Amino acid sequence: MHISSDRIFKTILALAGISIPALLIAFIVTLLIDSVPAFLRIGSAFFTETTWDPVAQQFGVRAFVVGTILTSCIALVLSIPFSLSIALFLGEYYRTGVWSTLLKSAIELLAGIPSVIYGMWALFVLVPMVRSVQLQLGVPPYGIGIMTASLVLTVMIIPYSASISSDVIAMVPADLKEAALSLGATRYEMLRSVVLPYALSGISAGTLLSLGRALGETMAVTMVIGNANRMPDSIFSPANTMASIIANEFAEATDPVHLASLIKVGLLLMIITMLINAAGTYVIRKKTLNQ
Amino acid sequence: MKGCTTLFALCCAVVILFTAQARGADKELMGAGATFPFPLYQKMFDTYFQTTGIKVNYQAIGSGGGIQQLVNKTVDFGGTDAFMTDEEIAAAGAPIVHIPTCLGAVVLTYNLPGNPSLKLTPDTLVDIFLGKITQWNDKRLVAINPGVVLPDMQIVTVHRSDGSGTTAIFSDYLAKVSEEWKTSVGAGKSLKWPCGLGAKGNPGVAGLVKQVPGSIGYVELIYALGNNMPYADIRNKAGVFVKPTIESVSRAAAVPMPDDTRVSITDTDARDGYPISGFTWIVAFKDQKYGDRSKAQAESLVKLLGWMINEGQKIAQTMNYAPLPDAAVAKAKKIIASITYGGQPVVQ
Repeated sequence: MHISSDRIFKTILALAGISIPALLIAFIVTLLIDSVPAFLRIGSAFFTETTWDPVAQQFGVRAFVVGTILTSCIALVLSIPFSLSIALFLGEYYRTGVWSTLLKSAIELLAGIPSVIYGMWALFVLVPMVRSVQLQLGVPPYGIGIMTASLVLTVMIIPYSASISSDVIAMVPADLKEAALSLGATRYEMLRSVVLPYALSGISAGTLLSLGRALGETMAVTMVIGNANRMPDSIFSPANTMASIIANEFAEATDPVHLASLIKVGLLLMIITMLINAAGTYVIRKKTLNQ
Repeated sequence: MKGCTTLFALCCAVVILFTAQARGADKELMGAGATFPFPLYQKMFDTYFQTTGIKVNYQAIGSGGGIQQLVNKTVDFGGTDAFMTDEEIAAAGAPIVHIPTCLGAVVLTYNLPGNPSLKLTPDTLVDIFLGKITQWNDKRLVAINPGVVLPDMQIVTVHRSDGSGTTAIFSDYLAKVSEEWKTSVGAGKSLKWPCGLGAKGNPGVAGLVKQVPGSIGYVELIYALGNNMPYADIRNKAGVFVKPTIESVSRAAAVPMPDDTRVSITDTDARDGYPISGFTWIVAFKDQKYGDRSKAQAESLVKLLGWMINEGQKIAQTMNYAPLPDAAVAKAKKIIASITYGGQPVVQ
């Protein structure tokens, strides 16, 4: 009886374990198969063209790739000062205590907010703010566009890079820090010349992982990016990302080539995100092995 | 351990039971499709359930999705705002019938200081959305709006970013009235817009128009009515400026109709008709004997369709949907009578 129930349990575990990688492979295979009509019809122009015209059946993804990379990279650059400060605060200055608990739970909450809520907040709070800045600068005061999308992405990815970075900073061996302090370094000097270089690869990994999150973010971005299928000409212009074009057009894409092109956009997005995640994981693993 | 196994078996049993229960033969019908008539269908199907005890499930997943679900034979009927083209019907593998259920219209809503009532002509409308008229105090706009103070403001156009039947009707109209629009942009559910901002769904467009001063966007008439938004009168083919109302939309359908009801009524010839109007249809297979469908299911569907174009029309009016004109009801009745089961008419 014991042996048989043990075996059943093991089988269930094995099945559950196998099902996840199997699902991943199935995802890729499905996307590949369903995007075949787009490969046949459009070929490599899909990657080089900027025109996305469902009526004329021209599908070029370049404007969306640019939109995706612009929003994600601006968000990443803007988030680094904040996430690094939070990480140092939590990993070095206040590892325990009321403030640390408060900040930690606030970050956890921030990470748990549904993205549609972020989108609503951006639409009602960020958009008027960006618009007043645009009025000052003399650019068309749309309020929505790449900049607004980047700002909301910034807030959304801070929790990810901050929590990974603070863990890595907390892992810096105490004897290294003590050695620096005993040589007469101030706390700032110790942080700059010992803690940050030591934790650099971990911090970069956290940042890369948060970039992966920014690339795929759909709902909040769709709500504030302006959804214009054009090549953006400034950081304030309305644009579209790979995720938002899928969200926008997938439900009503009846034409087979249109549908296949959208699926191909999805495949491309999945590959880019997977590569970035793999890079992040690789950096973290290399760091852990070196210790 | 033993408890765990029992629990697992129990879960399996529950899942199987539910799947078996999910499709209770002829007491339940499944539909999916257009979002525009969804509030109306919801109310119609609720009333239908109360009077007949037959439950109708309608998923508002969009016209394209509705057609796909029907072709994949996962639903009894689909809902669509744009009629299926001959190619689409050919791709479905079997004849498909279109039954019109009500009419919708697309209105132009705007955000100007004081929100004066505006008049637009087809050519100014096209040029605004082509990005050629860029200022509200443009000479041509001032000329057709005597007595209205138009501000020196940049025009920001707002369109639907998601593929939608609303865009299809609007662009179908623009392509009919302008050769330039037809060749440079064309008509469809998703377009390559020459200018402006995109927003998701009617609420998205309405929200953006409310937020951006000097903007103009297009939404469904019922949405504008329900939200007290300003909307423009449009000059129709007969040269009359028509205010979009339920009546003027119904009047737009007073044009000769083909027997299969697949007709676009944008830029209508009707004298008092609002020019950016369109039918919304239910689509179903002409011969209901496919897959494991029973005759009872076919009868149930045909009864529902008959009820929708008859008693259902009264509900349409109360919910701000434009009801079908009599000529369209007569055509729809004939189409419903032509539905067969294994070659035999479902209703005698």
